[in-house]
Amino acid sequence: MMDAGRHPNIELLDYSEVVEVQGYVGNFDVRVRRESRYVDVVKCTGCGQCQEACILRRGKGKLMVPSEFEAGMGKRAAAYIPFAQAIPFKAVIDPNSCLQLTKGKCTQKCVDACGPGAIDFEMEETFVDLQVGAIVVATGFTMWDPNQLPDYGYSKSPDILTGLEFERITSAVGPTEGEILTSKGEKPEKVAVIHCVGSRDERAHAYCSRFCCMYSLKQAHQIKEKTGAEVYSIYMDMRTFGKDYEEFYLRNRSEDIQFIQGRPSQVTVDPVSGKCFIEVEDILLGRVRVLDVDMVVLATAIEPPPDAGRIASTFGLGRTPDGWFAEAHPKLRPVETATAGVFLAGCAQGPRDVPDTVAHAGAAAMEAVRLFNQGKVTISPTIAVVDAEKCVGCGECILSCPYTAIVRNVDEKAEVNPALCHGCGTCAGTCLSGAITALHFTDEEIVSQIDALLELAV
Amino acid sequence: MSELYEPKVVAFLCNWCSYAGADNAGIARMPSPHNVLPIRVMCSGRVSPEMVLRAFRSGADGVLVLGCHIGECHYIDGNHRTIKRMPLVHNLLTYIGIHPDRFRLDWVSSAEAPKFAKVTKEFVAAVRELGPIAKEIKA
Repeated sequence: MMDAGRHPNIELLDYSEVVEVQGYVGNFDVRVRRESRYVDVVKCTGCGQCQEACILRRGKGKLMVPSEFEAGMGKRAAAYIPFAQAIPFKAVIDPNSCLQLTKGKCTQKCVDACGPGAIDFEMEETFVDLQVGAIVVATGFTMWDPNQLPDYGYSKSPDILTGLEFERITSAVGPTEGEILTSKGEKPEKVAVIHCVGSRDERAHAYCSRFCCMYSLKQAHQIKEKTGAEVYSIYMDMRTFGKDYEEFYLRNRSEDIQFIQGRPSQVTVDPVSGKCFIEVEDILLGRVRVLDVDMVVLATAIEPPPDAGRIASTFGLGRTPDGWFAEAHPKLRPVETATAGVFLAGCAQGPRDVPDTVAHAGAAAMEAVRLFNQGKVTISPTIAVVDAEKCVGCGECILSCPYTAIVRNVDEKAEVNPALCHGCGTCAGTCLSGAITALHFTDEEIVSQIDALLELAV
Repeated sequence: MSELYEPKVVAFLCNWCSYAGADNAGIARMPSPHNVLPIRVMCSGRVSPEMVLRAFRSGADGVLVLGCHIGECHYIDGNHRTIKRMPLVHNLLTYIGIHPDRFRLDWVSSAEAPKFAKVTKEFVAAVRELGPIAKEIKA
């Protein structure tokens, strides 16, 4: 991220969203909405004086806002730098909690504190229009909410954490400064790490989220190393598929961590002691066990972001039944999409871990570069053509085209853009005046096939 | 009606899902009726109502249109057009006196070879029951 921020040929449009894409491979017109961050990024030096001055911070924690980066376990002010490695390292004002922006009433200490005078409460969102040749969609994933399966008891106790929340607890700059502590501030004596929460589960997501096995093993290892607690790793199948991954698993197995193969049926919380009880069938022992633990870490599934549908329609992408964006071919064209010139990188296409994401993103970037170096594209001869003599200009074909490849030209006739047409023939099936021909699938060809086939004896 | 009557069924198969599904049914040696005469189109959206009627006029006893499942179309939403258009065929068939069960629209993905075998078997059996199209068209 740091490298991308510093690269002279990369222009980062942070806090932005693509709202419209027109055109076709090599000639995309993209409209980007830049949200207002109420801070002039050119003037802001990232000194952080505004977050110290913010009146919400002066409220001594009570008024402060739960920090998204700390997974709600830390607090932040309304004017803040999102996290220590943020790119760009500039402040932003949260319009949902800032007193000036929500109530219009504030002493505006941040404005006084800001040396360069970067804060501007009047700032409005802007739109940027870009002309680009290729697009890489790398919109990532979101974490699945474990409250959707109440058996895991996620919201019943503050000591039942998701893997991401545990990451903050174990981080040296996190809310506990790296000490693994329960919500009571004590060192846990027994901790359970549960794999496949929401993944490989017909009730949530049938697919494997792929990287949870490895981070759960890492977390089990860290708990053992930092606290010496009794650690239970409850898994369905251990999917340590990558280079050196199996070795890490074997190392964990030699570290006095209890591995239990099975899927927990429920997690309950004792209301007095706050202890968590996990009922799980150990399928290797062949009996049900009840574990009492002080802390539970859930390796929750990942899922496509909630606005994946909108992103798909903006960029003309297809989606697989599980909701991820569809690649052109699962094995041979894993970064290309149904729309030429639009490529996929990372978890936008499906769950994958960091090394696989780096490789996938590199492939997407090279596909885009290859396109530019060629300077031209090869298209299939199976496209639609319009007979202007027959076309009455009703526009039904324009509505039927999945690729917006048909436009009405100056003569009020339909015109197919061969670079956008994929040759599905839906327009030809729609056209009432027979003006559109789907090349290689013309009406005459299909009728001849029908007649020839029906002459055969069955 | 002779029990041995073998109907002719024209099947419009989309290139990406149903044609591949039919292919896989063949590779897997799944028995499917020989009465099905496949016509490959790139997308089920290519099939116009006239094309279906043309097949009946040429003597087909039944017409099948198979495409990708809704949401899985290779061409994003070509099959949405098919699903909107095909009820018209039912109405037209009823209007001109052809039994509407002689026409069926269904979805078969490339992975659903067993479904291809099942749909074709069921449809051919239903058309065989209805008998030759000549009974209904007198021209």
